Amino acid sequence: MTQLLKIRDLKIGATVYPPGEPTRWMEIVKGVSLDLEKGKVVGLIGESGAGKSTIGLSALAYGRGGVEITGGSVDVNGRDILKIRPGALRKLRGAEVTYVAQSAAAAFNPARKLMDQVIETSLEHGRLSKSEAEARAVELFRTLGLPDPETFGKRYPHQVSGGQLQRAMTAMALCPGPDLVIFDEPTTALDVTTQIDVLAAIKTAIRETGVAAIYITHDLAVVAQVSDHIMVLRHGETVEYGETDQIINAPREEYTRALVSVRQIEHVEKGPGTEPVLKVEHITARYRGLPRDVLHDINVEVYPGQTLAVVGESGSGKSTLARVITGLLPPSEGSVTFDGRTLSSAMEGRTREDLRQVQMIYQMADTAMNPRQTVGTIIGRPLEFYFGLRGAEKKRRVKDLLEKIEMGDGFLDRYPAELSGGQKQRVCIARALAAEPQLILCDEVTSALDPLVADGILKLLLDLQKTENVAYMFITHDLATVRAIADSIAVMYQGQVVRYGPKTQVLSPPFDDYTDLLLSSVPEMELGWLEQVLNTRKMQSAGN
Amino acid sequence: MGLLARLLAQRIALGLVLLFAASILIFVGTSLMPGDVAQEILGQSATPEALANLRAELGLNEPPLTRYISWLTGVLHGDFGTALTNNMDIATSIGKRLSNTLFLAGCAAIIAVPLAVLLGLIAVRFRDRWPDRLISTITLASISLPEFLIGYLVIYFVAVKLRWFPSMAMVYDGMTLAQKLNAVALPVLVLVLVVLAHMMRMTRAAILNVMQSAYIETAELKGLKRFTIIWRHAFPNAVAPVVNVVMLNLAYLVVGVVVVEVVFVYPGMGQYMVDHVSKRDVPVVQACGMVFAFVYISLNMIADIVAILANPRLRHPK
Repeated sequence: MTQLLKIRDLKIGATVYPPGEPTRWMEIVKGVSLDLEKGKVVGLIGESGAGKSTIGLSALAYGRGGVEITGGSVDVNGRDILKIRPGALRKLRGAEVTYVAQSAAAAFNPARKLMDQVIETSLEHGRLSKSEAEARAVELFRTLGLPDPETFGKRYPHQVSGGQLQRAMTAMALCPGPDLVIFDEPTTALDVTTQIDVLAAIKTAIRETGVAAIYITHDLAVVAQVSDHIMVLRHGETVEYGETDQIINAPREEYTRALVSVRQIEHVEKGPGTEPVLKVEHITARYRGLPRDVLHDINVEVYPGQTLAVVGESGSGKSTLARVITGLLPPSEGSVTFDGRTLSSAMEGRTREDLRQVQMIYQMADTAMNPRQTVGTIIGRPLEFYFGLRGAEKKRRVKDLLEKIEMGDGFLDRYPAELSGGQKQRVCIARALAAEPQLILCDEVTSALDPLVADGILKLLLDLQKTENVAYMFITHDLATVRAIADSIAVMYQGQVVRYGPKTQVLSPPFDDYTDLLLSSVPEMELGWLEQVLNTRKMQSAGN
Repeated sequence: MGLLARLLAQRIALGLVLLFAASILIFVGTSLMPGDVAQEILGQSATPEALANLRAELGLNEPPLTRYISWLTGVLHGDFGTALTNNMDIATSIGKRLSNTLFLAGCAAIIAVPLAVLLGLIAVRFRDRWPDRLISTITLASISLPEFLIGYLVIYFVAVKLRWFPSMAMVYDGMTLAQKLNAVALPVLVLVLVVLAHMMRMTRAAILNVMQSAYIETAELKGLKRFTIIWRHAFPNAVAPVVNVVMLNLAYLVVGVVVVEVVFVYPGMGQYMVDHVSKRDVPVVQACGMVFAFVYISLNMIADIVAILANPRLRHPK
């Protein structure tokens, strides 16, 4: 096989401007080497900050933001692209090497039709005539399973769904007939049931066009489905590099083993208690100005010290349910009962005690904290507000809470910007606990975190549940998280609860159609899983 | 009714409401002007009887609301009344003056708008390099100098020293277009210099803002030429703010050119209004105010409508 890409001892860095500190040079990639043959796929995997995307973009000799390539070589088809003229580099980009971004929704120009954007490089680089390019684009739309491939290109980006845009972006990358495509987390932002389709479409397209690819993701189970080789990265260095089979089934390094075994927290469900702490009955709700109900007749219960996982795709109404329970969105019908009392439907009608009992933790810890307040102030605020604590007493309690979230009192005077993603979320947990609530609503609290960090947060939440006897309503789209933490599960789809019960019962067959689809779409750390699922689905639909 | 149609209808309705509010402001404002019109017309030696007669004739004894309504009714019918000072029909005089002003503003706009956008694009293309700095410096210098100074400088160098164009921009009926263009060349030059900087800098800022978007990175990774990226991918998404500032400057060209008109002795609206303010000719001032308000409000309304139409989400709903 012929060598397509040869990266040697690549060093990349950037000048960073940390708040309140002098600017400094930070190394992002510290001497990584990589080989790729024509028609092969290599997966780059690692946590955020591992340098995956930076390495991927180096194959286009591109540094995002202030990123600079400082050393090493990147050979594409035998020439070092770090040293070629700007004109030659432009001919390489979009023709020999193309790029698929994580958020296709942002990567498409909102003002231009999809077809114009898909065929743009083919025309600009003189690779195809307009009619040839359009014919090829339609062909690719078909291969990628887009609806109405003939007319799909006439639409604007905002007129198609996120999953379709991601496929359109793949078509855009493949249209000029490149030798290499960089896929930068192409399915990360998608719902799990959409992800499987896009993943299958990308895999088919790679196979049919014979293009080589670098597939970047933080999800090992996803990359195992598409790549021949996998490189595990951490802090800008190669941890392990090998064939996919070896990495998944016989990882050599400790860190790789941790990645492979991630999300295997064992949690045995507790039996339902006698009296539920939260009872949601016949809730129907809609947003003002929208014609349709967002929630229809929702009935769920949460028991003291237990976890109800609410699972579903984006738009299924999970977060709306949390808004109804907190009183942010008064429902049009139904009632919320807490500890035997019916709560006022609107937040204004609730007592301070009602408010204290139900706390929230959000997905984006970043935006849920005032960046101008220290950790001590943030955690101390509910203590002051609900219990009137001041001075030394308050400080002692804050330290206590920091202890509980496994962070020392060294963090008291730190600002949110100085914390890592996991630490920020821990502070939010401490703030929720400070009110000593009986129920915490957790809205996708681990979705924005790297798998290992997310695992740490889940373990912490489970430990706290034991010691504080707090109940969780855990909103998530991630079934692995559900398995790890839930005692009971409500599956939501289009504003309705389609399946509800104790964890083992909900996760055992027979399934309803939607739960089956949802469960079978979760990538498993297993070679050939994707084909297996698709085959099973094909057979099922043939059988029907 | 579609969302687009509803938004446009809302915007137009808002424009009408604004115009109505402006008419009240203008009427109240001019009523508060010190002095008595009758006294002003007849002079200090007028007898009390003559003053009373004239007041009754002019309707000055009516309650303000009645006077406002009869004035507004006239305006809506295109009748601005007659000038107190020379008894001429205001609508006719304004018509002539307005067409002169619009001619001057139009000539300036045809040059300034495309030039400003082009310079903005070039400034973005060579961002922080010498073409960008040169463009920014020159346009900033021209906006910083007072217009009358630029006017006199231009007269001194271009008209007096070089003798290329006349220093007096007199236009009258019967001139050919070429003669007229020759006459207004210098004021147009001054106006272009005055409005160029603002529009150019806004174009630059709006495009630079769009250049931060993810789809510009996509375009860059597609290996497109820098100018293609700016023109094809950035500019269409920067149209709304650019149109806004263009319209503001067009409005300025019509409403704010009084200084330039005076410097070049150009018979436009600005001079007409200033003349009659000093003569306390209230109906003329009111009429000019209404015309200016109309121009200002409609140009801004057009800017908003273009911005709405430039949004693909509104133009092509799901």
